[in-house]
Amino acid sequence: MLNDFVIRFANVNGTGSASANTIFAKSVFRMGIPVTPKNIFPSNIQGLPTWYEVRVNEKGYLGRRDGIDIMVCLNPQSMAKDIANVRSGGYFMYDSSKDLHRELTRDDVHYLPIPMMQMCMDKFADPRQRQLLKNMVYIGALAALLEIEVPVIHQIIVEQFKGKEKLVTANYEALQMGIDYAKAHFNPCPLPDVQVQRRDKVGDWILMDGNSACGLGAVYGGATVLAWYPITPSTSLADAFGKYAKKMRIDPETGKNNYAIVQAEDELAAIGMVIGANWNGARSFTATSGPGISLMSEFLGLAYFAEIPTVLVDVQRGGPSTGMPTRTQQSDLISTAYASHGDTKHIMLMPSTPAECFEMTADAFDLAEQLQTPVMVMTDLDLGMNDNMSPPLKWDDKREYNRGKVLDAEALEKLERFGRYLDVDGDGITYRTIPGTHPTKGSFFTRGTSRDEYAAYTEEGPAYVRNMERLARKWESAKNYVPGPEVYQQEKKSEFGMLFFGTTTWSALEARDMLEAEGITLDAMRVKSFPFNDEVRNFVDSHDRVFVIEQNRDAQLKTLLVNEIGIDPGQLIPVLNFDGFPITADLIKQKIFKNLVGKLKTPYKAVHVAPGDSQVEE
Amino acid sequence: MTFVRPAFRHPDAPVNRLGYTRKFYEGALSTLCAGCGHDSVSGAIIQSCFEMAVEPHKVAKLSGIGCSSKTPTYFLANSHGFNSVHGRMPSVATGAYMANRDLMYIGVSGDGDSASIGMGQFVHAIRRNLNITYIIMNNGCYGLTKGQDSATADFGSVNKSGSANMFHAIDMCGLALELGATFVARSFSGDKQQLIPLIKAAMSHPGFALIDVVSPCVTFNNNPGSTKSYDYTREHIEATGAVDFVPFMNEITTEYAEGDTVEVALHDGSTIHLNKLSPDFDPCDRHSAVSRLYRAKAEGDILTGLIYIDTESKDLHYLLNTADQPLNQLGKDKLCPGSSALDKINAGLR
Repeated sequence: MLNDFVIRFANVNGTGSASANTIFAKSVFRMGIPVTPKNIFPSNIQGLPTWYEVRVNEKGYLGRRDGIDIMVCLNPQSMAKDIANVRSGGYFMYDSSKDLHRELTRDDVHYLPIPMMQMCMDKFADPRQRQLLKNMVYIGALAALLEIEVPVIHQIIVEQFKGKEKLVTANYEALQMGIDYAKAHFNPCPLPDVQVQRRDKVGDWILMDGNSACGLGAVYGGATVLAWYPITPSTSLADAFGKYAKKMRIDPETGKNNYAIVQAEDELAAIGMVIGANWNGARSFTATSGPGISLMSEFLGLAYFAEIPTVLVDVQRGGPSTGMPTRTQQSDLISTAYASHGDTKHIMLMPSTPAECFEMTADAFDLAEQLQTPVMVMTDLDLGMNDNMSPPLKWDDKREYNRGKVLDAEALEKLERFGRYLDVDGDGITYRTIPGTHPTKGSFFTRGTSRDEYAAYTEEGPAYVRNMERLARKWESAKNYVPGPEVYQQEKKSEFGMLFFGTTTWSALEARDMLEAEGITLDAMRVKSFPFNDEVRNFVDSHDRVFVIEQNRDAQLKTLLVNEIGIDPGQLIPVLNFDGFPITADLIKQKIFKNLVGKLKTPYKAVHVAPGDSQVEE
Repeated sequence: MTFVRPAFRHPDAPVNRLGYTRKFYEGALSTLCAGCGHDSVSGAIIQSCFEMAVEPHKVAKLSGIGCSSKTPTYFLANSHGFNSVHGRMPSVATGAYMANRDLMYIGVSGDGDSASIGMGQFVHAIRRNLNITYIIMNNGCYGLTKGQDSATADFGSVNKSGSANMFHAIDMCGLALELGATFVARSFSGDKQQLIPLIKAAMSHPGFALIDVVSPCVTFNNNPGSTKSYDYTREHIEATGAVDFVPFMNEITTEYAEGDTVEVALHDGSTIHLNKLSPDFDPCDRHSAVSRLYRAKAEGDILTGLIYIDTESKDLHYLLNTADQPLNQLGKDKLCPGSSALDKINAGLR
């Protein structure tokens, strides 16, 4: 298993394991081998079990994979479960400062005992250092066992502890202790069947978490007002915006902030502030998760009906209710698409990489202003809180912010009568004004009540219907603004198709290759937005059977497809995973295979996107 | 409600410094009940803005839901207005204020809107000290849903259906003082002499300026036994003093007896003259304000006038160190760090 394995670290929350584990993933990444690190953490600050899992895969399959080849366990609390999870023939490294209980031995697993705590007690005086550095001991042992290049690890340590030279030295020492111990006590070392070897498979890709990418996208997209309320897993998105704004948005002359961040008292206030700021002509956004969407629903209906640009990033987690706050799901599609009472529909963008998180968040501000309505960026915990491999972030310096149909003082001066909700262009998108523009023209009353074309309150049926039908017309226009789907084949190759979005992408593509190897060919399409573009409809129409792969119980994407484009439900086969862990290629493959038994087709050549290349033929 | 408003105005109607007549500050015809206290408050806002020579398009008027929240339609037709969501005007106003610090913000709310459904947002807007004139048209009942008791209805107050309120009232001024509000006043819709200078002072105050205006509901809460009726309010009103507001640009012409007058200098150079009725009261001292308010309450009086002002008020933009140029006017050059900065970030993530 050269450059192809899964390693899981079992730690105790709050013991400083995160930085050591990141060093491991980054070292492999720097050796040019694709990695997929994932945090599996509890809703807790200190004391409960936490895991960090890294899939190393030189083919560039970045989805999660079942089966643990190496388990590194420093947590007695979870040890029994951790041992049970190692695949037969795999490795179990543990802190042997205390003897392993007899019940925890398995004949089919290789044990790699290292007295990490004891070694650190003997070597370091400071109690906190003893605890932190034992994590570097196992990194050292792994370096020796897997043949990770030590200078690479050294370089990352230097970067991570920049300005704290004492820590660099201590980490070097702990690392070396691990290397020496492994070489002296394990035979064979390096391991015969699990290894890392330098490759050139990551190209110019980066390792970044989606929340940071969204926060940075908001800075580039021109957001000036962030209003938010802390909620896992979106909190680090607000933090990232603050961090980047502090670096890049402070006026060099005055030292004052070209942005404002308000931590609201709740999600209702957060979205209210976003709506107020956008109404007043600033680009403003919020970040939240499922429970926040529920709380913001009333306001989202106002923004839809009063037509106020609004940008929201929903980092989805396991629902319903408080659900599984630290586990991933794609289960807010329906509650977000139709948030609020009455006839409402909202635009959603669905990124699948940090590069898309960046791009789509920046784009969301243009779209929200062009369409004068809420635009929701739908990420999830897996994308938002884990370091994901991604193409680099891109920005075109020629790009201008598209503020949509806004009338300035000059335009108002020429206008005989301003009608805020008058469909002048026939696309359902009307002209708006920003408060303070003109002394006598362009003022109007924004309201959540029914109004006529000139923003005057009315409960006349025909005026209400005209307005609602215009909003429906705007929704149709939106299909030409939102990003189209990603298609993974030049032309139709099969009567079977697969549809997916967001973080399901890597596993879906891997499953497609696995099925291909068994003689089953599927066409694939990744949905990137709601409303669905015509291409989505055409894709479904041109295939007999389409597997809709998503991470929720109720097949929410499928429901939207049936609802919005009137597809025969029988034509769409749900492939679902909702246990809170990222979906795997194995699961997808098995479910599709089961459905297609007896329908084997002539095999075609597999095509998939590998990091560092564009389209790669295999 | 009134259906017709005569278009005729006196040809020699006075104009203000900007050359506008009072008419320029009016709004649409009110659809509230004839005699509604809220219309008097709208009138006082119009008069205040006219006298202060405010540019109407540099004002944003925001409200929640309810009878009171309808009123922004009835004043300042040339200002943008936002009739938002029930109880949530403070958050919308906060966002709007973040976007543009140069406009003047008038928030209008009611006792249901601020003291019940919107209590959470009311409280936090005060804590943040955003620069807004926040007027509560307080009638002790839910007018638009036909007269249910609100959270500011006094204990024992009898509503139109004849039942006495069994809960104690929330005193919005007392609460605001407790929360650290920097401007707290109470008035009565039937007392324009007092209300207009208070509104002007509130508009000049750089921070959250609360005016809790007792504004009787003629239809559902003006009956005998109600403590928010015109008669009851007139009988029990007690002012902290006669208030006069002198804007920065005007000369002081009023004469006051020495010893009775407190002069409060505002941030923008304006002055509030308070002709005090009680000698132990100091509107710049929060303790004094709280005790005066409690004493009036104990004596069954409705204390009106300027209750407290913090002349050192620092508003939210000051606290956040926001740029002087309104955020909604910053262009790409100030907002977008550009591709070279992004390249560096990419390099740091490899």
